[in-house]
Amino acid sequence: MGDLLQFAVSGLTVGSVYALVALGFTLIYNASEVVNFAQGEFVMIGGMATVFLYALGLPLPVAALLAVVLAVVVGLMLHTFVIAPARGADAVTLIILTIGASLVIRGAVPILYDKQFHKLPGFSGEDPIRLFGAAIQPQAFWVIGGMILVVLALHFFLNHTRFGRAVIATSVSPMAAKLVGINTALVVGFSFAVSAGVGALAGILVTPVTLTSYDVGTILALKGFAAAVLGGIGSPVGAVLGGLLVGMLEALSAGLISSSYKDAAAFITIILVLLVMPNGLAGLKHIERV
Amino acid sequence: MSIVKRLAAAAAGASLAVLAAALPASAAELRIGAFVSATGPASFLGEPEEKTIKHYVEEINKSGGINGDTIKLFIYDDGGDANKARTFATRLIEEDKVVAVVGGSTTGTTMAAVPVFEDAQVPFISLAGAVVIVEPVKKFTFKTPHTDRMACEKIFDDMKKRGLTKIGMISGTDGFGKSMRDECVKVNAKFGVEILGEETYGPRDSDMTAQLTNLKGKAGMQALINPGFGQGPAIVTRNAKQLGINVPLYQSHGVASKSFIDLAGDAAEGVRLPAAALLVADKLADSDPQKKIALGYKTTYEKVTGQPVSTFGGHAYDGLMILVEAMKRAKGADPKKIRDEIEATKGFIGTAGIFNMSATDHMGLGLDAFRMLEIRKGDWTLADAK
Repeated sequence: MGDLLQFAVSGLTVGSVYALVALGFTLIYNASEVVNFAQGEFVMIGGMATVFLYALGLPLPVAALLAVVLAVVVGLMLHTFVIAPARGADAVTLIILTIGASLVIRGAVPILYDKQFHKLPGFSGEDPIRLFGAAIQPQAFWVIGGMILVVLALHFFLNHTRFGRAVIATSVSPMAAKLVGINTALVVGFSFAVSAGVGALAGILVTPVTLTSYDVGTILALKGFAAAVLGGIGSPVGAVLGGLLVGMLEALSAGLISSSYKDAAAFITIILVLLVMPNGLAGLKHIERV
Repeated sequence: MSIVKRLAAAAAGASLAVLAAALPASAAELRIGAFVSATGPASFLGEPEEKTIKHYVEEINKSGGINGDTIKLFIYDDGGDANKARTFATRLIEEDKVVAVVGGSTTGTTMAAVPVFEDAQVPFISLAGAVVIVEPVKKFTFKTPHTDRMACEKIFDDMKKRGLTKIGMISGTDGFGKSMRDECVKVNAKFGVEILGEETYGPRDSDMTAQLTNLKGKAGMQALINPGFGQGPAIVTRNAKQLGINVPLYQSHGVASKSFIDLAGDAAEGVRLPAAALLVADKLADSDPQKKIALGYKTTYEKVTGQPVSTFGGHAYDGLMILVEAMKRAKGADPKKIRDEIEATKGFIGTAGIFNMSATDHMGLGLDAFRMLEIRKGDWTLADAK
């Protein structure tokens, strides 16, 4: 029982980060149909910039806030200078552009800072909390709680504000949205900014647990993308479910099956799920409609 | 202008020309090649190696070179990519026409380049860890770092002395972790150490609590060993503390750098690992033959680069210096003679230990080259100080 809880908490913690990355993929995909493979770099920027500013002597909350702002600026620059000029290009071209941008960002960090791994102190200390035989790092609650807050805030924003509805309208039909007077370019730019901010937040929350370095973004982008596909790309709910599921699968297969095959076990499960539900977990409604 | 003056001028010109032609003959250029992984995932190995090689070649040239000949260094960055390493190895042989090579930051890049140097019959001193580089012995291939098998033996030896015979093992699936794990399971029985359970983690994994929970459940486990390098061992160390695993934890020489202590934080307290004397240069006894060399290299490296010394740069220092000594004795640029002299290296005091090479041992280090360190209050201490 204690062991199982241990695996579950570790899976949920890592899964929360995948969920936030997947959410970033989804937001940008919905607004612009771009699959943004630079999504992992936002997570890296969040963690690395906080480490850098914190080392300069800034208080942790200030450093974290500035890191999020920095990531948002990078997200907006990515949109303005890379994606917007290529408007109308096909999906593959846009994907390659985002991969290129992610390489540039990843390459810039070692030049500006360094290639070492870094850590941040836990937000509420580092003494593990014992719960039903499991030992849980306090930071795990921050990560999982942070993820839940972000999801709730986004849900509220999208469904209960005027601008949020404009974002949804744009994702349903950019042309129709434009016709009713929605500034779709603004919506797309906004989605890049929010994705960057969400990614950076994930990076900051998780750094005390997983450490960070200039190249942590690649694998997060891959796992986050897998999570987004598993959830049904384009569905925010699916993205979160997918992320948590990928994290849980990894932890449970490492703990219960074999740590050597944990990635294989996780990805085989994803393939099986997609074979049964080709539109992903949250894409189920879609099938019913057909 | 008189005939005499014109003749004198011509003679002066001619003698200058003769001088110019004669110069390269008296002070020849010795072409040494190097390829390291200065960028990419293994940059923490290659970067200090590159800085070390460049600095010391410069210093040797300043102080008169090798028997009066200056070294011309050809150095390439393979980015940790074995294919690139092989390409650069070929380039060093065919275009740069070097007489000897130091380099190969990782076992992967080394093994990709070995056939090139063996074919060309050019001596090659590798800076990578695995036993396969020198076992079986390849005629032109040498190496300076300790092997992973020695690390296992040193750890098991220490465990035996402390009466820890039932252990758990968690290893990284990267090249280093896998290779050391394979060596450890070959030699554990020799020391009467039984491995109760084994777990692995991927090189980019960020949470090992699941694996450690399983190991924690093994009844009677007395110690934990973690072959691996990079950030993985730091996370293992933190997770082990989080889960309240109180048995002694042994890390490998792969994490013998200050950044490991920084990353693992308080959890690193009490962790033991085998490492070269270089890491504790200032803590060595004054009578220790390695103290002068290790401290000298550490001081120079830190002054030149402004960064803390790492054992990896030390391996490059050892490799370069063994080569330089061999070239001094070989008195010339014949690769085969240089090879014979490298093999004849005896009692060479380096940062990694005292090297005694032979036809059957192309590394030349004994188990005593490793020191068992224990982390106390965020710093290294000698655990096997006698």
